[in-house]
Amino acid sequence: MKSSAEVFDRIASRLSDREGEVAVSHGILVANLAPGGVLAAARLLRDELGFDVFLDVTAVDWPGQDPRFEVVWHFYSTSHKVRVRVKTRVPESNPSVPSLTPLYGSAAFMERECHEMYGIGFEGNADLRPLLLYEGFVGHPLRKDYPKEREQPLVAYRPGFELGERG
Amino acid sequence: MSAERRIIPIEPAGSPGKSAAFEYISTRKDELIGWARKFSIFPYPFVTACCAMEFMAVSSTPYDTDRFGAALPRFSPRQSDLLMVVGTVTHKQAPILLKVWEQMCEPKWVMAFGVCATSGGFYQNYAAVPGIDRILPVDVYIPGCPPRPEMVIDGIMQLQDKIARQKHVIVTKDF
Repeated sequence: MKSSAEVFDRIASRLSDREGEVAVSHGILVANLAPGGVLAAARLLRDELGFDVFLDVTAVDWPGQDPRFEVVWHFYSTSHKVRVRVKTRVPESNPSVPSLTPLYGSAAFMERECHEMYGIGFEGNADLRPLLLYEGFVGHPLRKDYPKEREQPLVAYRPGFELGERG
Repeated sequence: MSAERRIIPIEPAGSPGKSAAFEYISTRKDELIGWARKFSIFPYPFVTACCAMEFMAVSSTPYDTDRFGAALPRFSPRQSDLLMVVGTVTHKQAPILLKVWEQMCEPKWVMAFGVCATSGGFYQNYAAVPGIDRILPVDVYIPGCPPRPEMVIDGIMQLQDKIARQKHVIVTKDF
């Protein structure tokens, strides 16, 4: 088995053909790519570099920065036993990235969660219904501008109890 | 004490009448009903979170809620009279909790088991109901994360006192 440094070198040389930068951080290869390059990079990782496990997709809200949102994917290779992190930035006006459901079936639920929590759109994922939240929930609770204690109850409160919005 | 105070004879089996340790105890009928009712609580455990571990601990041998007649969980709300809400209730789950409570027959009581059910605990956010008393009436609150078994037992005993003081509908003037 090759060392992870060798594997990282090989991946970095393949990914750096594309627009973006690739570096090793805390034992993980991190690739900063443009939103348009994510799907191709994921296809390269899966089909040619042996990254067979889709670990996660989530987002980071950087209030005040532009582009505001950072979408983060993690991939794992059971043959090389290394992880790769792919990041991209999307603006608040159009927070949209390509869906990875054509490549990884397990991406479907994680994209649903990321969509409801951060409002990131995943083009190509036809089923972006709320997963952990419920129908009718307004807003995206993990965005930094969502008031921390805003409640959207499904059951009307009993008399004497007021709806909290202490955020 | 009413003037119509009546005496209930107790006759131990095998020794009718004379040689028992005691032959009579006296009480009031409504107190007797209350005494009987407070030792026949049928809990419905609505268990959502980690307080369930504490619920299991307090139900089993070392602490043993059976001493208080509250050991046998009924997993149908129609057969139970104590709704024990054990753990965090989210807004998404609140309609389910309310439906369970509505399915229970009167008389019924509700126990908020643990700080999450009592007030939401540290989940002061978009997801959690900050106290189940916002959606249904609660009789006993047991704080703690999780509560000590002694606190649960104290809560059960306080609920027993409340049940014993309540007047059942069968206790009428002609009873």
